[in-house]
This record gives sequence, structure tokens and C-alpha cells, in this order.
Amino acid sequence: MTISTRLNALWEYANPRKFLATTERVLPVLWLLTAVTLIGGLVWGFFFTPDDFRQGSTVKIIYVHVPSAFLATSAWFMMLVTSLVWLIRRHHVSALASRAAAPIGAVMTMIALITGAIWGQPMWGTWWEWDPRLTSFLVLFLFYLGYIALWEAIEDPDTAADLTSVLCLVGSVFAVLSRYAVYFWNQGLHQGASVLRAGAVTGADTTEKVSNVYAYPLLLSMVGFFLLFVALVFYRTGTEIRARRIKALLARERVNG
Amino acid sequence: MIPDLGKYAATVLSAYGASILLLVALVALSLRRGRKVRTEMEQIEQRVSRDG
Repeated sequence: MTISTRLNALWEYANPRKFLATTERVLPVLWLLTAVTLIGGLVWGFFFTPDDFRQGSTVKIIYVHVPSAFLATSAWFMMLVTSLVWLIRRHHVSALASRAAAPIGAVMTMIALITGAIWGQPMWGTWWEWDPRLTSFLVLFLFYLGYIALWEAIEDPDTAADLTSVLCLVGSVFAVLSRYAVYFWNQGLHQGASVLRAGAVTGADTTEKVSNVYAYPLLLSMVGFFLLFVALVFYRTGTEIRARRIKALLARERVNG
Repeated sequence: MIPDLGKYAATVLSAYGASILLLVALVALSLRRGRKVRTEMEQIEQRVSRDG
């Protein structure tokens, strides 16, 4: 099978029936894998990792803070792709997937902000600082709220999809800044990347990195958060597809009297 | 059962508590709306097919 044939096969999922049939089949396994990896990662990290010599037991916050921050920006990037698909190819499932992902991304951003503040208080001596990464995360959270509100405010779903897609393109600047601000600016309290950095993973660089005793449960926790995101997007997109069908059926009923 | 978290016990527990609460709320609300919408759609589909 060539790559273009494979890509063409992907567009089959733009058909709501095909999408629902596939996700209904996949979701039970996905929920199970999510539960195993997420609970496994958090239990491993919370109960079976030692305290850090500098940060004490607060190091355990890493297992909720880093995965949620990673998903906060990843969710927006996923929304960017599905928004572009909507704008270019007008596939409704794509726009609905974007709508379904937004509250998940907002919750992940909120978790990252809350756990970051709680962690920052004893380590930095402050709950909040107008640091580049913290500020861009806060703006990203506001973009999530604006995106959700815009969907709710516009009656016509196609117009709502158009306008929210444009908002998503604009907000992508802050999603990029949220993830990569520590590379752009060296000022601020937030440390540089110590987990998702090629050199840190392979051990090729000498910059400070997360020790393996923390890295393995963190990796499992990140897989758990990622699977939770995928399962929720599949489930919530199915809900949005059904809600759209309800609107269509009711409109047809009204026309037929 | 809970490991000795020392002087940062409140910090760590509040971070986990807030995170788990938000995640559980997100999943619960998603499932509740999903079931409600599915039931509503099935009822409307039955009505439409019955009334022709």
C-alpha cells in the first residue's frame, strides 16, 4: 500500500458513521489501557520514588505537572491540525474533534497552572511570577476559554467552526510560546527542558536532566495522560457528532411539519 | 500507606488532589453528556422512523 493510498484511507474517518463505528470498537481497549498506564504511573511516582535531595517530596508533583503541561500544548496543536482540515477540506468530523478537544486542553492547562503554582510556592517562594513560560501558559488558558465560548455563542455550526478555526490559528502562537518559551528567553524562574530533550533522553549532553528513577514513572504517567486525551477526544467527538445529528433530525421534523 | 512526605505533605497532597479532582470531573461530565445525547438521539430516531 503506497503512502498516498494510506492517506486517502485516513479520509474515510471523515465519514461520521465510519468514525463512530471505529471509535466504538476501539474505546473499551483505550479506556482500559488509559486506566492501567495512568494509575500505574501515578501510583509508581507517588508511592515508590524517593525524595529529591533539593526539592524533597515536592518532586512527586512532576508526575501530574509535566504530563498535563505537555498535553495542554499538544491538545492545541491537535486542534490546529483539525481546524486546518476543516478550513481546507470542510470535513465536519474534523471541526467537531477540535471542539471536543478544547475542554480537555483547558483542563490540562488548568492542572499545569495549579500544580505549577503549588510547586512554585515552596521552591521559588512565590505562587506566581510573570515569567515567559508561566505567562504564555496563562494566555493559552484564556485562549481555550475564548475558543469554547465562541463555539457556544454562535448558532450556525459551520460559521462557529470557521471562526473558532481562525481563533485556533491565532492562539497557536501562544501554544508554541508555552512549549518553547524557555528556549527563546533565558529570563524567568521556570527551568529549561529537562525531560523532553533529545540529549537528556539519550544522555548525550551534560546539562542537568531528570534522573531515571523519576524518568521511568514519569514516562508511564505521560503515556497515561496521552491515552486519556485520545480516549476523551474519541468519546467527546462521538457525542458532538450525535448532537449535530439531533439538530439535523429536529430541523427535518420542523420542515415536514 | 501514604509515604512520608515530610514538611511538604500539604503541598504534594494538594497538587495531587486538585489534579485528580479535575481529571475525574472532566471524565464524569464527558460521560454524562455522552449518555444523555446518545439517549436523546435514539429517542428522536425512533420517533422519526415511527412517524415516517
